[in-house]
Formats: sequence, C-alpha cells, structure tokens
Amino acid sequence: MTALTTALRDPSATLPRRVSPRATVSQTLTLAWRATMKMRRNFEQMFDVTIQPLLFTAMFAGIFGGAISGSVSDYLPIIIPGLVGQTVMTACVATGVQLREDMDKGVFDRFKVLPIARIAPLAGPMVADMLRYLIAGTLTFLTGMVIGYRPGGGVFGVVAAILFGVFAGWSLAWIFTWFGTIGRTAQGVQATSLMIMFPLTFISNAFVPTETMPSWLRAFAEVNPVSHVISALRDLANDGQVTADLGWAVLGLAVIIAIFAPLSVRSFNRKM
Amino acid sequence: MDETIPAVRAEGLVKTFGELRAVDRVDLEVRRGQVFGVLGPNGAGKTTMLKILATLLTIDEGRAEVFGHDVRREPHVVRQLLGVTGQYASVDENLTATENLMLFARLQAVDRQTARRTAATLLEQFDLSQAANKPISAFSGGMRRRLDLAASLITRPPLIFLDEPTTGLDPRTRGQMWETIRELVANGCTVLLTTQYLDEADQLADRIAVIDHGRKVAEGTSDELKSSIGRSTLTLNLVERSEIPSAAEVAHRLVGEPPTLTPEARRLTVPLQRSDQAVDVLVTLRDHGIAIESVNVQKPSLDEVFLALTGHDTHEDDAGGRAGDGADSTTDSTSHLEIVR
Repeated sequence: MTALTTALRDPSATLPRRVSPRATVSQTLTLAWRATMKMRRNFEQMFDVTIQPLLFTAMFAGIFGGAISGSVSDYLPIIIPGLVGQTVMTACVATGVQLREDMDKGVFDRFKVLPIARIAPLAGPMVADMLRYLIAGTLTFLTGMVIGYRPGGGVFGVVAAILFGVFAGWSLAWIFTWFGTIGRTAQGVQATSLMIMFPLTFISNAFVPTETMPSWLRAFAEVNPVSHVISALRDLANDGQVTADLGWAVLGLAVIIAIFAPLSVRSFNRKM
Repeated sequence: MDETIPAVRAEGLVKTFGELRAVDRVDLEVRRGQVFGVLGPNGAGKTTMLKILATLLTIDEGRAEVFGHDVRREPHVVRQLLGVTGQYASVDENLTATENLMLFARLQAVDRQTARRTAATLLEQFDLSQAANKPISAFSGGMRRRLDLAASLITRPPLIFLDEPTTGLDPRTRGQMWETIRELVANGCTVLLTTQYLDEADQLADRIAVIDHGRKVAEGTSDELKSSIGRSTLTLNLVERSEIPSAAEVAHRLVGEPPTLTPEARRLTVPLQRSDQAVDVLVTLRDHGIAIESVNVQKPSLDEVFLALTGHDTHEDDAGGRAGDGADSTTDSTSHLEIVR
C-alpha cells in the first residue's frame, strides 16, 4: 500500500468563511464539465436536441407548408426560426427534469457537504445546457437549409439568431428549473413542465400567423415572450435586422429571469 | 489555534422532527487523533447527529463546533475541514472512478496535477487502480463504498465522518474497510463513526458513546463500558452431572460468590474477580477429582453492555425485546446473558 504524500489539511489555518465569486465561477464551470460528460455518456438524453430538430423540421415544414403559406419553400422562413424557438423550449424542459433527477442522486449528497457555493450545482448544469440549445438551434437551421431554406440574413444573421436562441433558451430554462427545484419527482416535473411548455410554444406565432386565432388566444400570443423571441429570430435570420421585437424579447426574458431565478435559487438552497 | 481544541464538540444538541426528538440533549467531545464510535440501534439518531455536525441539518437547540468553528455560524469553514462518507455511496454514476475523484478535487480548488496524483494514490490505496477508468455503474457495492471514502479523502481533511461504513458489506470487504480506517488514524486523521455493530465499535473506536432514542446513555472506552456492567466469567462443562453441587461448592469457596448452575447442560458459570482465579478453580477441581469436559473464560461483550444499558439489543427498536430475561437459560446462546443480570 502506498501512503499519501500530501499532508492533511491544517485545522489551525485560517480558512475563508465564504466562497469567493471567483471560486463560484470555477465551481460552476467544473460542474458544467460534469454535465457535459453526462451528456456524452447518455446520448439518448441528447435526442431532443439532435434527432428531434431533424425530424420536426422536415415534418412541420411538410405538413403545414402548403396549407399555411401555399408552398413549403414559402413557409420555410416562417417555420425555421419558429422551430428554433420550439426545439429550444423542449430542451429547456429537460433542464428542469434532469436537475430534479440529479438532486435525487447520491452524488448530490456529497455536493451538499463540500465547501462549494450552494448555487454551483444548479448553475453548472444550466451553463452546460447552453450547449444543448446551441446544438438544437444549429441543427434546425442546417436541416432547414438542406430542405431549401435560404436565410436572407446571411451567415451573420443566422449566427446572431442562433446565439440569441441560446440566450432565450437559458432565460426560459429558469421557469423549468424552478419546477425542477419544487417538484417531488422527475415525472411530476416533466408533466408540469409540458403543461406550461405547450401553451407557451403553440399559442405563439411559431407555426402560424396569429391573425386567424380567436381574440383571447391572439391576445395571449401577442404578449407571449416566445412570440417576440421568434419574431426577433426571424428578423435576424431572414433580414439580418435587429428590430423592436428583439428589444421586447429581451425585456420579456429579463422579466422571466427576474421572477424565476430568485425563486429557483431560493427553493434550491432550501434543498442544498 | 490551540492544539487542545477538540476536533468535535457538541453541547446539548437537540433535533426534533415533529413529535420525534431524534437527537435529545447530546453532549459529545471528540479529541484529535481519536476514533470515536457512536453506537446505537437503527433509528437511534446516529445519522441525524452526524448530519447536524456535517452542516446538513440545522440545530434546534444547543451548539456544535468542529475544530473550534461554530457549525451554525461558520458552515463553510467546517465543510473545508470535513470529509463525509454516508451509508449510501455518493459518487457520480456517469463518471469513472478517476473522473469522480478529479471532480471532487477540482471543486475544492486542488490544482490539476496534485489532484491527479492524489487520485492515483487513493485508487491504489483502496485497491481500485484496475477499475480507475471504468464507469461506476460497473462497480460492486464494496468498490463503491471504497471509492466513496476515497472521494472524502481527496482534499486530505483532518476530520472524517463515517456513517455506518460497513453496513451491507461482506466480511472480507468489511475487514478491508477497518484496515483503511486504522490507516487514516495512523496518518493523523480524527474519525467519528457511527455503527450498529458492537464488534466494529469494539475493534475500531478509542471511545464509544452509546445512543438510544436520541439520548446518550453511556460513554467510555470499550473496556470501561464492559467493566461498568460486569466481569469476566468462567464457564465449565462437567463430564458428570452429579458432580455439579460439589464443583459449585469448590468454586464458591474460591471466588467468594456462588456460581450460576445449569444442571441440564452439566454447566456452571463462575463469576471472576480476576481472570487468574480461573486457574485456581481449575486446579482445585482437578485435586477434587472432578472431571471437566470444556472450559471457557469470557469477558462481557459489548452486546451485553448494550443490553444492560438500553434494555434491548442493537437490532431491536423498542425495549420489548429483553432477550435474556427468562430463567430458562438452558441453551448455549442465552447462557452468557445471565452475567448481565
């Protein structure tokens, strides 16, 4: 048997009484690394941002294209940014569900006794999931281009749209993260999240113009932050333009963060 | 800081869950370099106590310090001095053994090189080198437990909490775990462990606190606890049942107390003041021509201590199971319980 060469930590040394902001960032990134390792090892957990965008893009374009815009190719500029919003929303739901699953695992007990920032085990996966939103957004655009979508915004517009999609995903994820921190089981979190995710996604301008909706639905669709996000995505990708919708979208997302981030952090801390 | 400050000090610790007082005014002092065993049956409040000291549960009443740092006010400092290994392995299923150790080291700002070196050493020490790059899902229960302990040691904390470290392990793995714990102490670690196994406390702990229904009912070294409730006994099985009365008379004369008789088993149990009295008894019996079939000298076991202190054995939750109460002690297994009475 080999003896350990490093000395025991000295209990008489002066130790920091709280975690510094720098340490918090480093711990968050370490836990983000852990989350990406998990993604790599459980590839089926990535289906929602890999296979699903491919499938949904081809499917929705084909199903709705003729009915809504007269032809698939005319529909693509509407549906592709809409689908970016939709796949990112789906990926957000998984963020909350996986957080819940994670908190039930033994390794979380260890996180609790480690001298780390209480927020790091929550922030780590949220940072890592930005990678998932990035994959989802990129694949949706790529699939669109394969079936004939030619974004007028050019490379810059598309890249800007993808990055904005990632930001939107991260902001919206706070809603589902909150569900993750208050739900008792992963299944429960999944069910609640889908109940919120579907109206937010479908009562919006993601798939169809809002003009034909009954007035009460339309009223919701027009204030729905997801609608503004999708309009902003369209303006960026199709025209390469930053419009007022981007401003409204950022404002809406900021409100979501302002409400759900403190709620999540509080209920998460109670469990840490 | 003063070297005499104990590793753990708790005063009047109370934790209630609704009606239940899970921990009820417990005082505790664990000196540096000690292995302190908290012994008690399931549900006695051992784990709750450990969780309080590890900053995982809030303190309802009383106070607790780790190396002089208040657990309530300086949880972050306490966490830096502590390694905790629970009843269930708390490692990441998705990572390999090495990655797990690297993760916990990196989270605590151990630089990459030191982390890698310490991880390799720990894996070797815990006989896990072969499995270093295998995912945990392929690990056996014992391997997980060892990795879990390794994970607690990666930052070399001076104090380790072990919550029932060998519950559910097979005898061989259990022995390995004991060996590891002894090594930790040899390296200067202080260990606070809970267990429901009396032999584990007996084998490992310098000092033992017996906990029952959230209360500390006794504390001392293993020997102190044993001598507090009884002495050694000499158990004799005779060849001839008819010689029991004369043998009893001889023994009574020599030790000054009457032995307990179990004629059905041709047995007498002689209480000893000192162990060497056993020799006197045996020699005298031979001089009297009393034939002896078998001989056994026993110290009281911690089992008996526990029974005497709490009125029930370690694996029963309520006081209903007074195992040795009956006077019908004809079988071997119950005979030694008579000593307690």
